[in-house]
Amino acid sequence: MAKKQSIRAASGEVRRAIVVGGGLAGLMTVIKLCEAGVPVALFSLVPVKRSHSVCAQGGINASVNTKGEGDSPQVHLEETAYGGDFLANQPPVKGMCEAAPGIVFMLDRMGVPFNRTPEGLLDFRRFGGTLFHRTAFAGATTGQQLLYALDEQVRRFETVDVVDEHGVAIPGEKMVVKHEFWDYLSCILDDTGRAVGIVAQDLKTMEIRAFRGDGVALATGGPGIIFGRSTNSVINTGTAAASAYRQGAVYGNGEFIQVHPTAIPGADKLRLISESARGEGGRVWVPKDPRDRRNPRDIPESERDYFLERMYPGYGNLVPRDIASRALFKVCFHEGRGVFNEKTGRNENEVYLDLTHKDEAFLRRKLAGILEIYEKFVGVDPYHNPMKVFPAVHYSMGGLWVDFEKDARGSLKAASPRNHATSITGLYAVGEVDYQYHGANRLGANSLLSCIYGGMVCGPAVASYRQSLPASAYDLPSSVFERAEKRERDNYHRILTQNQDLANAENAYVLHKELGDTMLRDCTIERENAVLEKVLDKISELDERVKRVRVTDTAQRMNQGAQFVRHFENMLVLARVIAQGARNRDESRGAHYKPAFAKRDDANWLRTTLARHKGTGQVEFLRAFDYECAGERIHVTDQVDTSLVTPRERKYEQAGAASAMAKGEAAAAQKGGAISAVKEA
Amino acid sequence: MAERYVHLKIRRQDGPDASTRRWEEFRVPYQAQMNIISALMEIQKNPQTVDGKPVAPVVWESVCLEEVCGACTMVINGRVRQACSALVDQLAPNGEPITIEPMSKFPLVRDLMVDRSRMFEEMKNIKAWIHLDGTHELGPGPRESQAAQEERYPLSRCMTCGCCVEACPQYGPDLEFKGAFAINLVRYFNSHPSGAMQKNERLDAIMGPGGVQDCGKAQNCVEVCPKEIPLVDSIATVARETTKRMLFGWLLK
Repeated sequence: MAKKQSIRAASGEVRRAIVVGGGLAGLMTVIKLCEAGVPVALFSLVPVKRSHSVCAQGGINASVNTKGEGDSPQVHLEETAYGGDFLANQPPVKGMCEAAPGIVFMLDRMGVPFNRTPEGLLDFRRFGGTLFHRTAFAGATTGQQLLYALDEQVRRFETVDVVDEHGVAIPGEKMVVKHEFWDYLSCILDDTGRAVGIVAQDLKTMEIRAFRGDGVALATGGPGIIFGRSTNSVINTGTAAASAYRQGAVYGNGEFIQVHPTAIPGADKLRLISESARGEGGRVWVPKDPRDRRNPRDIPESERDYFLERMYPGYGNLVPRDIASRALFKVCFHEGRGVFNEKTGRNENEVYLDLTHKDEAFLRRKLAGILEIYEKFVGVDPYHNPMKVFPAVHYSMGGLWVDFEKDARGSLKAASPRNHATSITGLYAVGEVDYQYHGANRLGANSLLSCIYGGMVCGPAVASYRQSLPASAYDLPSSVFERAEKRERDNYHRILTQNQDLANAENAYVLHKELGDTMLRDCTIERENAVLEKVLDKISELDERVKRVRVTDTAQRMNQGAQFVRHFENMLVLARVIAQGARNRDESRGAHYKPAFAKRDDANWLRTTLARHKGTGQVEFLRAFDYECAGERIHVTDQVDTSLVTPRERKYEQAGAASAMAKGEAAAAQKGGAISAVKEA
Repeated sequence: MAERYVHLKIRRQDGPDASTRRWEEFRVPYQAQMNIISALMEIQKNPQTVDGKPVAPVVWESVCLEEVCGACTMVINGRVRQACSALVDQLAPNGEPITIEPMSKFPLVRDLMVDRSRMFEEMKNIKAWIHLDGTHELGPGPRESQAAQEERYPLSRCMTCGCCVEACPQYGPDLEFKGAFAINLVRYFNSHPSGAMQKNERLDAIMGPGGVQDCGKAQNCVEVCPKEIPLVDSIATVARETTKRMLFGWLLK
């Protein structure tokens, strides 16, 4: 906003920026805004300390190179680009990898109890897609520890006064105001299509209210619940992203959904067993004889098939997730060699993840958090028995399309208002909800990094955007906000009252199960065009049936049933973007794999999928579009910026293939590193 | 074998008005490895009581379903715990009814959901953070020994779930006691080299009314803590520190 404008509007209200979502990305954005002197209103579905970031286990990547392996941010960039099968724009990845060591040090200063070396330095472990020890960790609950650290800093800002231009504290106004248990409904657009606030619903009282905001950032996470059961938290419905998409925000690379190779099957959720289990030496295997009924501990080495080590000698159990998941799927589905189950009398879709060769004290120090989950939920001691795991939907590389601006070095230009800007002016997206850093496949331990780095970039971007505003949202006529509020009230009323015909009523939870079953079965590890057509038909069928949903709860208090109907309607919208994107992309790249088009096709498909909403049941795929940011008209195409690392075929069979820098001497040193890690155990 | 069911007896209440309080019974189809959350999810798909009466689905709070977020805390068969890690096979191996109630120490929102914001407010009072100069690059934090990290890490895992205060006889809506989780956080931040620089501010906050001296030493907290945080140790440590501060604090100022 123009600099002369006061921090308070004529109404007396403090002019705030709005951040929706209180996971790592949202909280980091809030902190950066506060440090830039911008007061924030923070909205979250749940108390922010319970956000889905708590589920991240293994760690956060940063090439600090404390183990003398020759690691560097340049290698990190190359391996991230390569692991993502070259679909990520590289300048933001470069910015992220260069900022990573500083981010881990900042977290260290915040008091995160990272594991340590004997000298008292941060310890690092290995993760997928690299041969280096690059992952800082706090036991196996790193996401929880990182989230708590940022939550604590934001809580401090809840006690810091907002001061006016003269440095005088404004009574009763703090830098951060939290609205927890509020559901984001939509963005408020003024007559020029600029985001000037949000409409949200207080879930306790069901009150629907418009909020003004100079700059709105969505940090609302991924859409995993579209797949029914996944490793995601129940709140990850993607509803906010879908809502922004329905309002015109472009969605990028929706079809790229990461399936994590190792999760515990469960009735309500597929609980993750972190890649760090393999980073610390865990081995994946099945008995060579599929009919082998022996206790796994009684099966000798020579009768085990360590298939990842066999298929990918270069990276072994630490191949990237897309490759590991496909290998597990092949062994279980196509070869019928999953572990034989005595109870069911057949080969189940499960393989062994084995840590029993490691010392128990070592495991307790480094992996207790995940082994405790296995023990609690399966009832088997993983210190002495191989775990049984299977792949599960885990992460969306795709998300709201966001812009970036390059600097002369080919990295991100600091504080550009274009960074993390969606195609709706004034609306930003950061964290898993954006599509920016991971291309076609995310490397393990890069998500905590991208969330925090994204926040460090998005906060200053929103602050710059405010500087450029011709008029503050707080100076607009109230009619803009009343209209938006009324639209959402009407929509909520529709949900509460539609279809009272009991005989012909649908239940949203039942429909969700049908959607989840279809998406999980037919739109994950292996995709076929004929099957995807059926998925799209199923989504169309559900688009019809959802109109007949009769809400099971009409109370005006904590009405989760009505809320779920709204989220489910939005899930259907994003499900179509995912499935249609998958149908269109006739190639295999990263997490998107079609046996009928088994090769990557750079000539035709080295491009970003850009999807725009065209009404129910219609997705428009764009090759280019224009949008406006800070008074500038910007032309965007689907071309991927690969200016820093030249695309080449991925070959994880060969050690060091993921980084040109990591060949030769460095690769030899890394092999030594891997061996010394084994010795340490 | 006949089809197996899970029998749930749930205490419900429509809002803060206690006159709507009632018990309702539900029967849902059993699935292998079922937990309380998946049983509650089954009710959502077909919300009717065991007598076939249509009702609103049960309201509860949940997020991660793997016992790291703390959201789904409730009282199950008389014991406060997370519903996600409460497995049906262990609670009712022979199909016994399982009782589910909301926590009793917090304002009730609806059914099994309560408002725990008092705990989060308490974290402001005790300054549960490291007072950072800023998030710009200032190099690494202080070095820490492995032993110190191994002492601090278990303290850091508090999910603010409320088990410790639910089980505590000294904690309640009309009582001032801040609870074991808050005392543990004072210890956690005071044991960090940078956090220790504001050590006295935290001790002062935990010495006043409702402070560590209100602990009645029932030791229920440590029994119910799902993360096995050494809460009794934390209380003893902080009590010692506050005593020192009370006796000598004015001398050291």
